[in-house]
Amino acid sequence: MRVVVSFLTGSLFGLGLLISGMTDTTKVQGWLDVFGDWDPTLAFVMGGAIIPMAIAWRFTIGRKPVLAAAFPTPPEPRIGRNLVIGSTLFGAGWGLAGLCPGPAIASLSYGGAGGLVFVIAMLTGMVLTPGLRVRFDRALPAT
Amino acid sequence: MQQDWILGLIGGGLIGMAGALFLLVNGRVMGASGIIGGLVDGSGRSDWQERAALIAGLFIVPAIAAAAIGGSETNLTGNWVVIIAAGLLVGIGTRLANGCTSGHGVCGISRLSLRGIVATAFYIGAGGLTMVLFKHVLGVI
Repeated sequence: MRVVVSFLTGSLFGLGLLISGMTDTTKVQGWLDVFGDWDPTLAFVMGGAIIPMAIAWRFTIGRKPVLAAAFPTPPEPRIGRNLVIGSTLFGAGWGLAGLCPGPAIASLSYGGAGGLVFVIAMLTGMVLTPGLRVRFDRALPAT
Repeated sequence: MQQDWILGLIGGGLIGMAGALFLLVNGRVMGASGIIGGLVDGSGRSDWQERAALIAGLFIVPAIAAAAIGGSETNLTGNWVVIIAAGLLVGIGTRLANGCTSGHGVCGISRLSLRGIVATAFYIGAGGLTMVLFKHVLGVI
């Protein structure tokens, strides 16, 4: 049953990404390009997504998930070096191509060879990260 | 276009409802990079079926919907160096930061997570600077 719910989650997620225009890289880059022809769409997508999600988080208080033992506990509110550096690297890639992980998968069927190569490069980066993180932590121990 | 913000709001609402469903029923945070990354680096082996099912829905439903409306366009750059560099940066960055636009952005900000808010500020800032540098200064993208 959890597998079915996971599939439904991905389905709604993908449909939302397509309808909102977030698989169109020009809309993402248009939003990031404040000095160009600025496109505000992404802010509406974020707002539209955060509202139901915020209600859902409120609803978790004092309850249990339908098909799990407990809700995820909040992570420690620590702003680590990896969070800052990782997000900066991610943002640079996001700006360069206008794709992030969700839309990259959602647009695979119509994204052509470029979309496929992007996903392969992204998966390669994901596979390399655990090893990179170890080296990184050794070279520059977190304080 | 004028209707873009309406479609953005509707599509965003669907994304938020997807996250709400995953949270309230499965008790999980809907973060695309974590779900995909855990599958490829082996850290999410214990629940691989759920991860694979989510990714399958994420791929199949837009494929059908796009085909039904006569196709969709990503307008991705044709510059292979940019595509590969961007893919690597997105893969490494999201895994190092433990989240992307869906996990830190949608799911993090909506629970007022400090980590989600800081991560979002950094990736939007870096994305904006990238546009300034690579579009307006260097003219690469």
